[in-house]
Amino acid sequence: MGRLFSRYRNHFLIFFAVIGPGFITAMVDNDSGGIYTYSAAGARWGYLPLWTLIPITLLLIITQEMCSRMGAVTGKGLSDLIREEFGLRITFIMMTLLVLTNFTNVVAEFAGIASSTELFHISRYVSVPLSALAVWFLVVKGNYRSVEKIFLFACVLYGSYIISGILVKPDWKEAAIYSVKPVLMLDRDYIYMLIGMVGTTIAPWMQFYLQSAVVEKGITVKEYAASRVEVVVGCIMTDVIAFFIIVACAGAIYSVAPKDIQDAGEAALGLKPFGQYAFLLFSAGLFNASIFSASILPLSTAYSVCEGLGFETGVDKRLREAPIFYLLYTLLIVAGAGVVLLPHFPLVKMILLSQVLNGVLLPFVLIPMILLINRKDLMGEWVNPRWFNLVTWVSIAFIIGITLALGADTIRGMLHQ
Amino acid sequence: MADNLLFFTELMGMPVLDLKGSRIGRVKDAALVPREHASRIDRYLVGGGDAWLTVRHDQIAEIGRETGIRLGDEQLVPYHEDDCILRIARDLLDQQIIDVTGRKVVRVNDLTMEIRQEGGHATLHVVEVDVGLRSVVRRLLQGGMPGRWIRRLQEPIPPNSIRWELCNVVESDPLRRLRLAISYDRLEELHPADLADIVEELSPAEREAIFETIDSEVAADALSEIEPKMQAAILESLEPEKAADIVEEMAPDEAADALSELQDETSEEILGEMEAEPKTEVQELLEFDEDTAGGMMNTEYVALPEAATVADALVALRASEDLLEQLNTIFLVDDREKLVAAIPLARLFVAPVDSLLKELASDPLIQAPVGESQDRVTEQFDKYNILTLPVVDEDGKLTGVITADDIISVLRQK
Repeated sequence: MGRLFSRYRNHFLIFFAVIGPGFITAMVDNDSGGIYTYSAAGARWGYLPLWTLIPITLLLIITQEMCSRMGAVTGKGLSDLIREEFGLRITFIMMTLLVLTNFTNVVAEFAGIASSTELFHISRYVSVPLSALAVWFLVVKGNYRSVEKIFLFACVLYGSYIISGILVKPDWKEAAIYSVKPVLMLDRDYIYMLIGMVGTTIAPWMQFYLQSAVVEKGITVKEYAASRVEVVVGCIMTDVIAFFIIVACAGAIYSVAPKDIQDAGEAALGLKPFGQYAFLLFSAGLFNASIFSASILPLSTAYSVCEGLGFETGVDKRLREAPIFYLLYTLLIVAGAGVVLLPHFPLVKMILLSQVLNGVLLPFVLIPMILLINRKDLMGEWVNPRWFNLVTWVSIAFIIGITLALGADTIRGMLHQ
Repeated sequence: MADNLLFFTELMGMPVLDLKGSRIGRVKDAALVPREHASRIDRYLVGGGDAWLTVRHDQIAEIGRETGIRLGDEQLVPYHEDDCILRIARDLLDQQIIDVTGRKVVRVNDLTMEIRQEGGHATLHVVEVDVGLRSVVRRLLQGGMPGRWIRRLQEPIPPNSIRWELCNVVESDPLRRLRLAISYDRLEELHPADLADIVEELSPAEREAIFETIDSEVAADALSEIEPKMQAAILESLEPEKAADIVEEMAPDEAADALSELQDETSEEILGEMEAEPKTEVQELLEFDEDTAGGMMNTEYVALPEAATVADALVALRASEDLLEQLNTIFLVDDREKLVAAIPLARLFVAPVDSLLKELASDPLIQAPVGESQDRVTEQFDKYNILTLPVVDEDGKLTGVITADDIISVLRQK
């Protein structure tokens, strides 16, 4: 009995030793862009889009699992592997695209900070520079362990969406039915909404971040089973949050009067008639998500680029030892926050652009990934099983198709405006 | 830029001309045979038609940056895979190597080679490994514009290169390591803390390769500097005998800490391979809870009987040579091994040789029971400004000491 208990305790401890990377990556996935997409879906279509969450979760698990497996087995980051196996030129092109894409994503996060704090009547000219400074200091002055703890705490704060979803008192029966009942309509807006939901879920930066975080945490092949559990639980939690965001907006906005919302702040305002708390929690959740992602994106970008191109990297290095790393990191934050403060800057267009770029870059990340994970000399017995390869190629083709469609549509929309 | 220098990127794709001056093909890769010569390019792999050909270094009459490679001997053999060669483009370019003097891990962007004339042949010798921005620019532009322009363009960027002799290639396959004559001897001269930083940046397989081959004593020192989780991963990856050799060389408290991170079976396996004496010491320490004085202490101290004099102390110190680097306090115990006094080492130097150690003791005697919590122990170091804290069991018997460096590690991990 005692032995059995100690065995369980061991499993439990191993799980906690690996917790972090998978959860954080999955949660950051619900960044300001994601929250906007889910809110808009709920506000316009009510409970109908809920069924997409299950397939989305599966796609997310498939891609995230591969990254964490590669990290655990090879002990190398994704950009390291790409550099070693595909050479400098391809790495350089990818990193250039990654910087561009992630920059627009950083802008989107700071835009999320601006609109969420303005709901609390705090001017963006105060909140955005302060947040930028806080983010910069957190990472430069903190160490990885304490920063990870803060990040994990931020993950817990996503719970605010669950509470605000419950406070709105949505129609749970309907929510339950539409969660498992696929509804397909040949309505152009509806289809693009679905594409948007998948498109915002799987982003290029996540693959780099997750794999590096797994390596940084020192997760080994032996602990990989526990790590996989963490990744799967993280992905499921992400979509549970997404579920409550959609449900909140469906209950508060759609059931009163369906409408198209322009940003996530508008969704928060829509919750106001259902009580101050629902509104407050929703807005606070948006702020938390934005600042959380704004902390991770610039850091992850600087890491990936410097690793791939062979520059000194890491927050444990001094400024003089890793100048390019710090330059890139600081530049992304300063420019990302600065752009949001420019008067008359087309913010909405910039956020849309970030989605287009995500879509363009995604195939260039996913295809090398699947090529690498099938290399026997790198992965040994941990290469993809054949059935998994089939599933992965089909999923990747599907994701790529959908993100490209989303990108094309967004470009068309921008041209028509 | 000197004309006798050639970058590897410039060699790649260079035309190879036969005796009549017509082109056979272009350079696809070049290889060193470390067993033959550490820096001379031994063969060039030339791609023409379907198969690659091998050009030996003594078959080349002339190498010119603008003109290409002119052969002096046309008897070429097809290229075949060979375990003894280190292919530059495949095995070195874009990979990580260790910069031994810079004490860091770097990624190879390019190589600088020197063209030499040796007995009628032209040979290439690897001089430097290029890292940093300048070589990145060169790699990116190569092929996109004439070589002369690239050389001029890169001129303003400060070079960042490491001499080839100071580089250590990392190879995780032991057989290949032997064939390529790769050794990690030079790493043994690094400060253990630097070596620890280096291995932390490598992949698990490469880490294992280094710890497997370097001297156990160096390995033990470096391992002590690595964070606990990675320590455990490294010990687990090694053969139990090798792991035991390393653990034996570690300070008992650090050895116990490292073993306590492992799964029970693995740590028992390693203990099983250890010599009797260090084994019992480590096993005793393993009994204590990690967060107590017992778990923090080590058993490396010098204790003398109550009646000992300074002269006795000097004799005892001479006998414990290997402790001297860290030692700053010696202890007195009564005939039942009960701790009675602590004497700061420096006092010995100013006291007459025949004086009793007891008279030099610090007052009051600060000590901690084995069960004392980590926080309380830390507090005592701060409060009494001590460097070494003796730890005693229930009967007051001296069982170990905690030193200030243990406290610093604890504080840093918080």
